[in-house]
Amino acid sequence: MSSNKDSIANVLKVALLVCLVCAIIVSTAAVVLRPVQQENRQLDLRRNILAAAGLLQEGVSVQEQFEQVETRLVNLETGEFSDEFDTETYNPRDAIRDPALSEPVPGSEDIAGIKRREQYTEVYLINDSEGQLQTLILPIRGYGLWSTLWGFVALGSDLDTVRGLGFYEHAETPGLGGEVDNPSWKEQFVGKEVYGEQGNVQLAVKKGTVNRSNEMEATHMVDGLSGATLTSRGVTNLIQYWLGERGFKPFLNNLEAGDA
Amino acid sequence: MSETRKVLLGPIFANNPIALQILGICSALAVTTSLNVTIVMCIALTAVTAFSNLFISTIRNQIPGSIRIIVQMTIIASLVIVVDQILKAYAFEISKQLSVFVGLIITNCIVMGRAEAFAMQNPPGLSFIDGIGNGLGYSVVLLFVAVIRELLGSGSLFGVEILTTVNNGGWYIPNGLLLLPPSAFFIIGGFIWILRTIFKDQVEENEFTMKAHVKKEAM
Repeated sequence: MSSNKDSIANVLKVALLVCLVCAIIVSTAAVVLRPVQQENRQLDLRRNILAAAGLLQEGVSVQEQFEQVETRLVNLETGEFSDEFDTETYNPRDAIRDPALSEPVPGSEDIAGIKRREQYTEVYLINDSEGQLQTLILPIRGYGLWSTLWGFVALGSDLDTVRGLGFYEHAETPGLGGEVDNPSWKEQFVGKEVYGEQGNVQLAVKKGTVNRSNEMEATHMVDGLSGATLTSRGVTNLIQYWLGERGFKPFLNNLEAGDA
Repeated sequence: MSETRKVLLGPIFANNPIALQILGICSALAVTTSLNVTIVMCIALTAVTAFSNLFISTIRNQIPGSIRIIVQMTIIASLVIVVDQILKAYAFEISKQLSVFVGLIITNCIVMGRAEAFAMQNPPGLSFIDGIGNGLGYSVVLLFVAVIRELLGSGSLFGVEILTTVNNGGWYIPNGLLLLPPSAFFIIGGFIWILRTIFKDQVEENEFTMKAHVKKEAM
């Protein structure tokens, strides 16, 4: 028996059978559970979008809340809406890694440390009952201290006033840079104005506390995170980049002129 | 019956896989910052250990000696993938936080160690219980670490605030170190210390003993 067990034929037989059975179990699990997983992933993204925009209500299903949101594709180069891809299937985060759909950002322009920028990205619009734009939600990302911060910024109908800003994925130091998730810090962004007189991005995180009597600081700046200078600077940089000329500024200009 | 009991409860304190055998430390450092995540990790590991023991033990008389490790690995890896898929489908939030550590159960020494040391020699029923016992032993240490880390690191338990932190307008200044992986070393070290004070037989013998000074004058 024991010599039979260790024979080459038996080794091959056992190896083959084990692989076959395991392969069947694994692939069955993957196929059966895939629809549920995809739904989860989409739900998660939608929850993040709403939460970043400060619109998430507890107790109402995310699916229901998201019905008011219109997803559109934007060409970042021309700053216009595009129908190049179907928003149901297009994934902007995959596009960043795809050489055909993204381009490297030259070091001198890459203040947010994103390395590659996708050509097409998704933006989210919330309209009122007459079809007037109420809130525009834009994806933003950039490097902090340890990690890329992924988030959304929501702008009001004047495309200047911030309605909310938040991050859904990062790996900053817990308790220091990780405080970007602190609701009372994020609260400060609400009502700030992005652009100055000349149309340059002035929204920033200040190092230290904002001087409320200084008008420029009071309208454009929020308090820095104590003990997290580099994360705070990262947030400032990514706001500069994504709301500036290389980011969504052309699109916002077009939208304002009514020909996006 | 008493043997089953010993197999099930032995690994919790008397023969704890982390504290005595020092296996599976890596995930104990990584996933213990919050209790919710820790509990899911414990359940996942216990399930994998129990079922891999069960399946390996069932076919132990057919497995040729020359490929036994790779057969064990295949079974363990398949179980881990299934667990990972189930978590992604039904506990998405937590599976995002566990990220790679569910996948790394494959390389968790406890699973492999029990398969090789116990399941290859014992009948399926007993092996299954041994898997659960070792999973519980792992869970006890992880929960101990997680309670300390979450309570003192973020002032909460299960995400419910217990000590109001300064950032939320309270009085408690959270200890940031406890949210970083190295802190788990200190806590596990403390756990082992307590355990070995109670169970004296777990203390390892010194590898050598210093001899007393010789009183002879130098020549």
